[in-house]
Amino acid sequence: MTPLAKLLEAALFASDRPLPPAELRALDGGATLGGISAALDELREHYDREEHGVELVEVAGGWQILTRSEYTEAIERAQLAARPQRLSAAALETLAIIAYRQPVGRAEVEEIRGVSVGGVLKQLLERGLIDIVGRSEGIGRPLLYGTTRAFLEQFALRHLEELPRADELAIALRASPAAN
Amino acid sequence: MTFAGTFAHDGFGTAESTFVVELDQFNGPFDLLLALIREEQVELVDIPVARIAEQFLARIGTLGLGSAAEYLDLAARLVRIKAQMLLPRREGDDEWDDPRTELVRRLLEYQQIREIVDVLEHRGESRRNRFARGYLPPERVAEPAPATLSLGELLAAVDRVMRLVSRPDVHDVVPRALDVDGAIALVRAVLAARSRARWGDVVRHGAEPWEILSALLALLELARRGEVRLRQPEPFSTLHISRDTAGEAA
Repeated sequence: MTPLAKLLEAALFASDRPLPPAELRALDGGATLGGISAALDELREHYDREEHGVELVEVAGGWQILTRSEYTEAIERAQLAARPQRLSAAALETLAIIAYRQPVGRAEVEEIRGVSVGGVLKQLLERGLIDIVGRSEGIGRPLLYGTTRAFLEQFALRHLEELPRADELAIALRASPAAN
Repeated sequence: MTFAGTFAHDGFGTAESTFVVELDQFNGPFDLLLALIREEQVELVDIPVARIAEQFLARIGTLGLGSAAEYLDLAARLVRIKAQMLLPRREGDDEWDDPRTELVRRLLEYQQIREIVDVLEHRGESRRNRFARGYLPPERVAEPAPATLSLGELLAAVDRVMRLVSRPDVHDVVPRALDVDGAIALVRAVLAARSRARWGDVVRHGAEPWEILSALLALLELARRGEVRLRQPEPFSTLHISRDTAGEAA
């Protein structure tokens, strides 16, 4: 490995959160973003090629060293770490709507889901997956919600654009009769 | 798609809703309606409303959702669309607005969300199965314990109480009745003289264990009746006893 790749490995090992390339650049004054990117590729390939127990993953606009999924069961069984609780289907539906419609108010989410979502919103707020991003200009100036960086991290998304675009879905809204 | 556990109609059974609908299969009225449409193998854009409306009503009956407003709302809408479909229309009428249009739009929209949920679920599961460095699961917020004591602290407390006892030597245990009424009278007498007292004022130095227990029960009883107010600034500090003026006024 090149010295820069080893330097990045050390920094990524020391960090408890994904590090974006711009921050990694501070490690070496002479490094360009292109150089950082190449070194990250080198490190990722090194982990893959040498069959390490960890891998380099790009999440939420940064890079992070994560354990490989085949070891999850063993680690959890030994009670060294535990997987976070799964989200309920209701929470996932609400999160999906917010991810696509943000900034979005509670009424619009309820309109799409056909049920009240007060409790789900509260839980998603508590888990830091959504946040209040503003107020609508409408009557009563209702709160508007958006997804957070923690949302990207928990769903291993580099950025929101990585979610399928509406026209890539099997059922696209624009094909609906109302849109003609 | 399989999920552990059951879901309330709004996901978590909030305090604001007066009742909670527990459903294993459905996440709301649209979910149920889509399931029926799939079962019937009919086209979403050409729903046989009359048949689907009847089945929807029957299903919410068997699922015990007859009083869930969200399901009833959609049921009412289906019945209305069914009625509109029965209205006569002229042959070759281009102006005819299909009463199902709005419902179909919302169903498509909902189905699109379900698709995104599948994507999120898949990605979330993949991330869930990888640990980052120093990962700590979010801590469950536990109710704070009234007082956290080590055995040493507990024994020291027993020691402090027993030091008041005249003969702390080993002796035969004989049943001895407590005199709670007597202790209550004593506490009242002390508080009649002054509004505030301390533990040491109601338990004489060198008291027998039964006297100590009687005093404790008397204080708890008086506090329960609202005659006195007990305050212990921190564990094992001396007990402050005062007349509960609020209790007297009542």
